[in-house]
Amino acid sequence: MEKTLVSIRFGQRGGFWNVSLSLNRGLKDRLTGHMTSVLTLGAALLVPLMGLALFLRARPILAISPVKELLLSTTWHPLEGAFGFYPFIVGTLWVTTVAMIIAVPPSLLTAVYLSEYAPSRVRALAKPLIDLLAGIPSVVYGVWGMLTVVPFVEKAVAPTLNRWLGFIPLFRADNPTGYGVLAGGLVLAVMVFPIIIAVAEEVIRAAPQGLREASLALGATRWQTVKHVVLRQTMPGVTAAVVLGFSRAFGETMAVLMVVGNVPRVPRSIFDPAYPLTALIANNYGEMLSIPSYDAALLGAALILLLVVLAFNTASRLVLVRLVRNESE
Amino acid sequence: MLETHIRIQDLNVWYGSHQALKGITADIPARGITAIIGPSGCGKSTLLKSLNRLLEEMDEVRMTGQILLNGEDIYRPDVDVTEVRTRIGLLAPKPFPLPMSIYENVAYGPRIHNRRNGGHMAPLVERHLLEAGLWEEVRDRLQAPASRLSTGQKQRLCLARALAVEPEVLLCDEPTSALDPISAQRIEAQLRDLKARMTIVVVTHLLRQAHRLADHVIFLWLGELVESGPAAQVFNAPSDERTRAYLAGDIG
Repeated sequence: MEKTLVSIRFGQRGGFWNVSLSLNRGLKDRLTGHMTSVLTLGAALLVPLMGLALFLRARPILAISPVKELLLSTTWHPLEGAFGFYPFIVGTLWVTTVAMIIAVPPSLLTAVYLSEYAPSRVRALAKPLIDLLAGIPSVVYGVWGMLTVVPFVEKAVAPTLNRWLGFIPLFRADNPTGYGVLAGGLVLAVMVFPIIIAVAEEVIRAAPQGLREASLALGATRWQTVKHVVLRQTMPGVTAAVVLGFSRAFGETMAVLMVVGNVPRVPRSIFDPAYPLTALIANNYGEMLSIPSYDAALLGAALILLLVVLAFNTASRLVLVRLVRNESE
Repeated sequence: MLETHIRIQDLNVWYGSHQALKGITADIPARGITAIIGPSGCGKSTLLKSLNRLLEEMDEVRMTGQILLNGEDIYRPDVDVTEVRTRIGLLAPKPFPLPMSIYENVAYGPRIHNRRNGGHMAPLVERHLLEAGLWEEVRDRLQAPASRLSTGQKQRLCLARALAVEPEVLLCDEPTSALDPISAQRIEAQLRDLKARMTIVVVTHLLRQAHRLADHVIFLWLGELVESGPAAQVFNAPSDERTRAYLAGDIG
């Protein structure tokens, strides 16, 4: 047994003189353990530290106007010191909601197909392809949105819906450009597909096979089994998948800001332009920071984003973790 | 001669390249209890699941041969698989209550088949819970989630659920293997009560259970049918050396 902690060896290998420092392997093990734990702790602390820093930097804006006014005022005039986040918050909610309405039904049906209907070969092929969608840089989605989705909305969707459903304010097209809530929602919908599909598929497939067989053995069709038994059993996990998708859409910046129009006004129709919180920060931070409190206001917006996304993420992860634990029991 | 309810003709089943059943031919008589016995891994459950076509729910399964229910091949392409499973019920080894109330579990089968029962679902649920010997324990909490029942109660609920579809055949795949002795006894008692009016097929690896329940026996060994016939004959005067050795506890 080796007792020395450190030994220095001189030896000749391939004609060169080497000095090798060899540590006792027990010590090496302990050092690695400590080092990796410190690194992990650091990574885990990043979120609370970021939150704290954002809070400290956003505090000056809270000193000027009360939280309620910040959240509910519609006036955004930085030069006059009026920082109302309301249009941006509502803009984010509009775009995210439209995205979810478009994304959730097809995502869940795809997840059901992959887990319940698809032969294993189809699943083995389709799953990685869908997962690839999640890896596409969001600026690429933005470009696709500008080149394809915006003209599609402008030339096809807006005129059609305006003609047939224009009497409903929600579908009235006053904005002729195509840049707006619907374009943003469509691009975001495609971006959240892979997230919802991946998580929901996993959750649904984890339903015990015996449960499916119990229903099938009673003469139920596959769809009856999915609808009444499998989806009912997996509802918490499926909800968590949707919430994960929601928080992804909520925080997405680049692709949205390229197609959403960026007008700080509360939208009235899905064709109106909007200005989500993320776009507000990305477009303006670093510019015009000489305006008093502007910096604090933008970081306040960042804080709101961080808190909302964190809350949704944490909630859905908690549900998923609990499910995994129940499965393994 | 006994009336044949299910006829299995030259049944072969493969999982991938592994052949699980080899040329099984056997008759299952109407009414009474037929026990399929044999060591684990010999193909008992595979045989059982081929009888209600649950086997085809698995990946990479291939089969040849015929299974005739009252003389009709249940694997004919124009046969509706849900119709087959309506006539042939299943009690699985581990109880899986559906994620709904006790009442809804029993009503599930009739509901999915649109049997409204003239709006009299409640009496039907009561009748089948009585048949499964569970009524007295749950009559006051029919709307409680089925997941709150004990394992033994769950298995009787699964029995009631299967009976509510009014099958002519009931397949039981090691129906007591997850249960305590008392619950197991109750399930066996219910099966004995039911055998007068339906055909029951029980897969079991418990020889004593087979002795207690079986009117007819099918003995499988490594995917082959070694011997089948009336219980008294197979147990008391086995014609095959392997049956004798298995019954004596020398193999398996």
